[in-house]
Amino acid sequence: MTRLRLIACALALLLPSSLLANPALDAVIAGNLDQIEQPSRRTVEPLVAQIAATGPEGLALLQAWADRNLGLADGRAVIVDGDDVTDAVTGAPVTATPQMLRPNSGVRGVIEQALVAGALTDPDPRRRAAALDSLARGGDAEQLTALRAALDDPDPTLAARKARMERLLTIQHDPDSAARVAAIEQMAGDVGLDFRGVLNPLLATQPLVAPEPPAGANVARELTPGSDALPREAALAQLVRQGLLQPPLSRADQRAALAANITDGAVGGVPVATLSDPAARDRAYEALEAAGAVPPAATETEAQAALEANRFYDIHVEPDAAVTEAAKAAQIRAQVRLGAMRGIDLGLDALSLASIYFLAAIGLAVTFGVMRVINMAHGEFIMMGAYTAYTVQTVIADRTLSLVVALPLAFAVTALAGVVLYRLVIRHLAHRPLETLLATFGVSIALQQLAKNIFGTQARPLTAPAWLEGSITINDVIGISSIRVAIFVLALLFLALFLFIMKRTRLGLEVRAVTQNPGMAASMGINPDRIAMMTFGLGSGIAGIAGVAIGLFAQVTSEIGQQYIVQSFMTVVVGGVGNIWGTLAGATLIGGLSKVIESFNPGNTLAAQTFMILFIIIFIQFRPRGIIPQKGRAAEV
Amino acid sequence: MTRTPFILRNPSVLIVLAGLAVFTVAVTLLSQAYGTGAVPTSMVKVLGKTLCLALAAVAMDLVWGYLGILSLGQMAFFALGGYMIGQWLMYARTEGIVAAQLAQGPIPATAQELQDAVTNQIFGVVGASELPLVWSFAHSLTLQLILVLAVPGLLALVFGWLAFRSRVNGVYLSILTQAMTLALALWLFQNDSGFRGNNGLSGLQNLPGLDHVDQATLSVWFLWASAAALALFYALAAWLVSGKFGSVVRAIRDDETRVRFLGYPVEGFKLVVFTLAAMITAVAGALYYPQAGIINPAEMMPIASIYLAVWVAIGGRGRLYGAVIGAVVVSLLSSWFTGGRAPSIHLPGYVVNWVDWWQVALGLSFVLVTLYAPKGIAGVFDLFSRRGDRA
Repeated sequence: MTRLRLIACALALLLPSSLLANPALDAVIAGNLDQIEQPSRRTVEPLVAQIAATGPEGLALLQAWADRNLGLADGRAVIVDGDDVTDAVTGAPVTATPQMLRPNSGVRGVIEQALVAGALTDPDPRRRAAALDSLARGGDAEQLTALRAALDDPDPTLAARKARMERLLTIQHDPDSAARVAAIEQMAGDVGLDFRGVLNPLLATQPLVAPEPPAGANVARELTPGSDALPREAALAQLVRQGLLQPPLSRADQRAALAANITDGAVGGVPVATLSDPAARDRAYEALEAAGAVPPAATETEAQAALEANRFYDIHVEPDAAVTEAAKAAQIRAQVRLGAMRGIDLGLDALSLASIYFLAAIGLAVTFGVMRVINMAHGEFIMMGAYTAYTVQTVIADRTLSLVVALPLAFAVTALAGVVLYRLVIRHLAHRPLETLLATFGVSIALQQLAKNIFGTQARPLTAPAWLEGSITINDVIGISSIRVAIFVLALLFLALFLFIMKRTRLGLEVRAVTQNPGMAASMGINPDRIAMMTFGLGSGIAGIAGVAIGLFAQVTSEIGQQYIVQSFMTVVVGGVGNIWGTLAGATLIGGLSKVIESFNPGNTLAAQTFMILFIIIFIQFRPRGIIPQKGRAAEV
Repeated sequence: MTRTPFILRNPSVLIVLAGLAVFTVAVTLLSQAYGTGAVPTSMVKVLGKTLCLALAAVAMDLVWGYLGILSLGQMAFFALGGYMIGQWLMYARTEGIVAAQLAQGPIPATAQELQDAVTNQIFGVVGASELPLVWSFAHSLTLQLILVLAVPGLLALVFGWLAFRSRVNGVYLSILTQAMTLALALWLFQNDSGFRGNNGLSGLQNLPGLDHVDQATLSVWFLWASAAALALFYALAAWLVSGKFGSVVRAIRDDETRVRFLGYPVEGFKLVVFTLAAMITAVAGALYYPQAGIINPAEMMPIASIYLAVWVAIGGRGRLYGAVIGAVVVSLLSSWFTGGRAPSIHLPGYVVNWVDWWQVALGLSFVLVTLYAPKGIAGVFDLFSRRGDRA
């Protein structure tokens, strides 16, 4: 029985629908053949509406028309689908070669808009979603009616989208003011881009100058000329634009007018040689004005009188005051919530920057704590880590695997480099911290140039695995890229690892002992030299890891370390040495502060960095040994 | 007991001054403007600039070699001096050109029109239409010359006072000076800072009002000025460090706490030397940039100051002639090697191109000098003199 019904259905689909002929459509086509053949964007709309009203055949015809699959054959509209040609009204096959129609994009836009209404109830959820997308780009009152009729949707996501779209369209196109206000109030506090996009045109204003308050206009506010919102020049320009004032004379115009009227080395009786004085120029121009040689220009008194005689308004384009009031309230709520969310977003940004600084600075802090030396080549260890990861990536194609290999390898390479640097240079400069600073600087410029010679000057890309690309987006405002989350996790991991080494292992105990008092530690049988070497290796290794992390979102160049080294120094100085919590606090402070300063003045990172450094110089005044200073005798060294 | 004269106690000063005089006369006699022309004008400029760098190195040596502060921000003062003199050079020259242009018009220009045209000419490139406040004195050579000393001096005074009173020293202080110069450079890089952003100031090689003097002559004049400044400040620095003042300064370097306990105002001494060195460096900069012709904020980046420290270290710090030797030798060698004129070394399988490898060699030689020759090149002189230098 079921099978029989299925076959019947299939037959019904295959059968030419000549049986379901649509006389209304037939009539519309017959009556408007010339319009169908030569449609115009401006006049085609009623025709499209008529066709759409005739039922499914009409919609199919419109779809074909929009897709440029409609043709004319012997005065009948035919739909072409590949090699099949069928009559648009009856569905019967047609043998004649059709003359294809090529509607322009304006006409197709009109047709597609009409189709949206039908598509909202289409059984295919993808077409319903597409129809909603099309509505989001712009709808009208009729589509609002269609949408209201189609609000029920089996798919809950689509149903929610439809409800939201209904409210947005209500705000824009409902003729009833109360309904619009209600819709705005329903959505107030929403921070979606679509809602904000609807609110903004509602609140758009245009300037108006009039002697009296305009009757019937929706006044946004009255402006006082000379205030910040309306500078005097802007007010005068408005008066000139509306024909209420003659254009005042600019200095350049005056000069040109004077130059055009020189007679016998004088203008209006004033000698040319004295015209370098503005007052003399005014006198000359007035003389010319009196003689009728130049058009009269608005004087200062006239301008002032016009300013006083007129009042300046901002008029809402939207005439309905209730709607603009509601929109204003909704916008304020949206802005408050937006501010809060921007704050959260800023916090996330700051956190990710702080984790980068933490990773970059932790090695510096440790070596400084143990040996009192600043390693100027630290930035180059970051670079080495990044180049190691790049080299690994050229060998191992799989991104995930190459990253897994690169992390420990970068650690090993840079740790080894650190140990070599320690053995060859730093050990011989013990107790001469300033000389160490310069010697490691020598290493730094040598390594940088070496990297340039080996890898070239152009930036090398280090590509993150696919699962690290993209970002975690919570709404239109809050979002953070996955790489930054991964770096944050990495920083946490190293914080934990570091704490474990320092607090729970023999090496950590010895490092702490040497940090506090190298002499005493040595007499207790600890070899400070060995400990210093190990710490140096560890610190350099972490710099290598930081290099891989930084390379994932920045281009790998030989200068990559230099961009972070000064911030790393700052982190150490601000945080205080010899304590990992100090480094953490320093990194958080510097990362957070740079993001906050940047948010005050977006687009000007240079100013942000300048203020950041100034802040640090002042901060040092109050806490010369950092946020968490080293205590005890070691601090006096 | 009769005091021996300063010069007799410090024969090295006489030798340096005599050497400088001989050098200046020799270059003048070989220059295109006053002599045979064996030394081209560009070379005269290079030599003049080198003398300015040597002067900056002398100041650096005062701060580092004698006072023990490794300042990694000296070039900030150098470039500030250049900016201050550059403001006048650029403004006065532009004013001359613009005034000549406006004089072509049928009507004489007002003062406002003249200034607007100058502003437009100088700041059109950064989109500013009003003369920034920091250019208020740019029309006057005298005022800008005062600013050459005042601005860097004041900056050093304020920065030094802040840093020294909170007892920031050692590596911390080095990092802080580096931060200072970086902050200044970043600020100047902005277009709205009033100093033309990264365009910097240009055309400084032309002296306003001296259009009829050609560059060959100007270059020699600047060489004389640079040599005179070096001689003057070298003698001043040598006199300063030779007396009791110098002894206290060196004592601060060697053990600051002990000097403080002996009752000396350590911060005051530091501040005087730091500020004086900043002003000397500014004079060097003000003489350097008219010879270079252009200045931009990149000159202030920390790396430049570190190089200055490198010269002093290689030359031999703690003695003034060491600083001069280091600056002259290393900067001339650097420009020779990076200028592409040094012959490449052909190794089997690889050609060592000095443009690529000079930095590596410099970095490594620097490590070697620090490790094995802490006295630098000047240490060689100890081999010939009976008594070692007191430094």
